[in-house]
Amino acid sequence: MKILVCMSVVPDTTTKITFTDNNTQFNSQGVQFIINPYDELSLTKALELTEKNGGTVTVATVGLADADAVIRKALAIGANDAIRINAEPKDGQFVAEQIAEHIKANGYDMVLTGRESIDYNGGQMCSLLGALLSWPSVNVCTQIDVQDGKAIFERDIDGGRQNISSSLPVVASAQKDLCEPRIPNMKGIMAARTKPLLVIEAVSVENSSTYSLFESPQAKQAVRLIDASQAGQLIDILRNEAKIIA
Amino acid sequence: MTGIYAENSEGIFKKSVLEAASYASKIQNGPVTAICVGKPKDGEADKLAKYGVNKLIVIEGLDFFDAQLYANAVTKTIENSGIKTLVIANTYEAKSIAPRIAVGMNASLATNVIAYPDMSNGFTVKRGVFSGKGFAYVKLEKANKIVAITPNSTDLIENNQSISIENTATEQINASTQILSTSKSAGKIPLTEAEVVVSAGRGMKGPENWIMVEELADLLGAATACSKPVSDMGWRPHNEHVGQTGITIKPNLYIAIGISGAIQHLAGVSSSKIIVAINKDPEAPFFKAADYGIVGDAFEILPQLIQAAKNR
Repeated sequence: MKILVCMSVVPDTTTKITFTDNNTQFNSQGVQFIINPYDELSLTKALELTEKNGGTVTVATVGLADADAVIRKALAIGANDAIRINAEPKDGQFVAEQIAEHIKANGYDMVLTGRESIDYNGGQMCSLLGALLSWPSVNVCTQIDVQDGKAIFERDIDGGRQNISSSLPVVASAQKDLCEPRIPNMKGIMAARTKPLLVIEAVSVENSSTYSLFESPQAKQAVRLIDASQAGQLIDILRNEAKIIA
Repeated sequence: MTGIYAENSEGIFKKSVLEAASYASKIQNGPVTAICVGKPKDGEADKLAKYGVNKLIVIEGLDFFDAQLYANAVTKTIENSGIKTLVIANTYEAKSIAPRIAVGMNASLATNVIAYPDMSNGFTVKRGVFSGKGFAYVKLEKANKIVAITPNSTDLIENNQSISIENTATEQINASTQILSTSKSAGKIPLTEAEVVVSAGRGMKGPENWIMVEELADLLGAATACSKPVSDMGWRPHNEHVGQTGITIKPNLYIAIGISGAIQHLAGVSSSKIIVAINKDPEAPFFKAADYGIVGDAFEILPQLIQAAKNR
């Protein structure tokens, strides 16, 4: 089976987010970039599936050359090859159109994305690709398996969980709990150096959105401390002063 | 024209749907059309009418949620009804269908939207980015637009209308997916919809001590949540993990017990209206993000809070 994993390159989760150029740009200075954590789960699950059922795992990223180091890490974890579509990832719709073109030209049995990227938090990729390819799409999966030519999923729904099956090809997004991410070993890191990383040019797409300005969350006023021996006062304050509970 | 997708939760329109209706009729500056799949319970349409909806189109003939079939049916209804801007509450269901509808109607799509748009120069919305560590203003460029709003971000605005209900049938097409089983956590308030959340971390020392956390949550009508280490250790299910790689929430009140307040955790909760931090370490970073704080041992403080919550 041929699986494509869509990968975003995002700031490390410990990054303090700041903006530059009059708050019109994310300040990437000194920031370490990583595989989007949900995409890392997709990648690991794709490897588990191909180890069990045979097949190959390709990683696809829309980004500029500075994404290559992170793509090599995905190869070190175990992907067979990678493609980078050489463009600034403008927004979810732009990225989806680029990746859909690649999928149409190359054919896959399954495409995995993360639930969302932890930078722009669009949460759109899985369903956008499903629509652009006219494939079924299954969001926020906590289990993915393939049996008798069908994909079997467990996924989160509002207020619960659901088990569903789908025909192939299918696109699905990874939720926490899907698997434990793998750490690349030395053999993987060595092998990654020579694995194919194909760079292709982007197709032109109608502009969907423009990011104009960023803003940091407002700083809180100083905390009001309540004495530990009088902790019950907190409930009174929340009820009668803050009027936030009944 | 502005419309909403009214998610039908077993016949009920939840508060987040009414927020979407309020949002849509505010930007339309007049009544709006709602689209739902499956017949709602009696009286539910009136809830929509109260918040500015004067027409509800009910799509019939879809037996279960299949993202592809739902989105196709909704897209067709949008085309027939002339809706150019669609407002939708940003739930799991929305995430499954809104992008598909966006492709179907060639719309710009913004998710995680937390405020009304600025329409003075085009259509610019404010959305949450960097998992709670920032906000972005993004202009939606296409003529058609979909705005997916984060629940509990915008107000309910009463705007009474009289509502007409129209039914439309879909063609019978076989779904590519099949539901095998569904389990819902009965009686519990879903974390993403909760207005009050009681959350705890490693300071609770073990899963058996969550009985106190749950008791306080019950008394306050709150959902329970936890930090990443707690869900990683299996003390609590992963769907309670709030933070950058878990769920981002914005309740009215977030009480954090025995959670130090790592940047990744704060990212997921910092949009809460009021934050309470309880930690025995006075240097815990959470106190910098909190409105109220108690420095002390959770095992001494929780019983006092439970007692105070019982006294009313």
